[in-house]
Amino acid sequence: MIRVWLPAHLRTLARVASEVTVEVDGRATLRSVLDALEARYPVLRGTLRDHITLERRPYVRFFACEQDLSLDSPDTPLADAVANGAEPLLIIGAIAGG
Amino acid sequence: MSRVRVLVGTHKGAFVLESDGKREKWEIGGPHFAGWEVYHMKGSPADPNRLYASQTSGWFGQLIQRSSDGGKTWEPVGNKFAYDGTPGTHKWYDGTPHPWEFKRVWHLEPSLADPDTVYAGVEDAALFRTTDGGQNWQELPGLRNHGSGSCWQPGAGGLGLHTILLDPTNPKRIYIAISAAGAFRTDDGGTSWKPINRGLYSQYIPDPDAEVGHCVHRIAMHRSRPNVLFMQKHWDVLRTDDSGDSWRNVSGNLPGEQVGYPQKDGTTKKFDLKAFGFVIDVHAHEPETIYVVPIKSDSQHFPPEGKLRVYRSRTGGNEWEPLAKGLPQSDCYVNVLRDAMAIDSLDKCGVYFGTTGGQVYASRDAGDSWAAIAQHLPAVLSVEVQTLS
Repeated sequence: MIRVWLPAHLRTLARVASEVTVEVDGRATLRSVLDALEARYPVLRGTLRDHITLERRPYVRFFACEQDLSLDSPDTPLADAVANGAEPLLIIGAIAGG
Repeated sequence: MSRVRVLVGTHKGAFVLESDGKREKWEIGGPHFAGWEVYHMKGSPADPNRLYASQTSGWFGQLIQRSSDGGKTWEPVGNKFAYDGTPGTHKWYDGTPHPWEFKRVWHLEPSLADPDTVYAGVEDAALFRTTDGGQNWQELPGLRNHGSGSCWQPGAGGLGLHTILLDPTNPKRIYIAISAAGAFRTDDGGTSWKPINRGLYSQYIPDPDAEVGHCVHRIAMHRSRPNVLFMQKHWDVLRTDDSGDSWRNVSGNLPGEQVGYPQKDGTTKKFDLKAFGFVIDVHAHEPETIYVVPIKSDSQHFPPEGKLRVYRSRTGGNEWEPLAKGLPQSDCYVNVLRDAMAIDSLDKCGVYFGTTGGQVYASRDAGDSWAAIAQHLPAVLSVEVQTLS
């Protein structure tokens, strides 16, 4: 079980409370977690990643275990603490604007 | 008794204003999609309780919302807008090629006959259509690929397709407009398109008479005369009586100013320019009565002299009268954006417009007098109205 924190606007959109959980087969990566998240909440498709290229939207950032994963390859294995549910994957809307 | 529903898209959500046919007391519903930009909302003429909204965010991209109960509840539908084939490039601001990239939906135009069919005008400019209530969207690629697409260049607000007019007498004919490419028409349901910009003259582009490249802000049509169109261009108001084959300037006595533009020989030539503005619309029952809201200039974007005035022509242009009763006549520095005016079909018809200051003004007497029906909304991006029986 992998825990995922969504930004407030996307929690409203997906009609979920603070934290959601997803299951992935095999080694957890950013890509597999996002795939599982979008499969469970199809309304999130296109809001985190581009529909076609699957690239991260520029103002969406990924953090876990106090590390910024946003620029990592989406196929990099996530830390064990995330993969076993001890720590959440944090999806953050970048702080931008005034 | 008739009812009126005003759909207001703002920078921070959507609002639904409702009144009975007297249009004296208004209930404000919302915000829906709080915190998101709502570029446009519009109801289906075939089923007035079916509404569509374009919800967008710089962070989380594009969503399309659909309501089947007049805006009380909403459900997100499809948000995948994929250009047909390899998108190619258009011109960037500096003239270099720039890849076509989907950014947002500027305008939603439901079919006149089918509540599940909707056209979407998007940035970067293209026309999409759904026939399943918004679940799936397909591009009508003939527009972008008709030949001039690689030369289209964005206006200051982006390369947006902002106007979609459906001919009520001919389902094969659609007019669209793009900033800053110009106006286009299809006569075969969207398969092929032609530019309809003859007669437009834009001092600020390299070839003032170019086939494309004109900064068209808005086009309006009266449903009884779909061959007659009225255009608010960057600095002019124009009309066509032949479905866009030729246009003529009808700015007449609208307020304006003198502006200098650099010429190829290095000199600066001054032009008497009139009628900068964004919105234009047509009276519900008088096809020669049109409305605009002059804005001081493309660099200042607020009303001349700090006085918010709608101008009305009862002669199809050229002769204009300011309408100011009930509108702020001092220290008013708001803008009225291109999709932010609408007209109901009651008698006398109601005219509505929204401002970047968050006000929505309404006239119950075809423009003679005005009152604010909402005063403290976020900046208004769009206004549509439905007349309900």
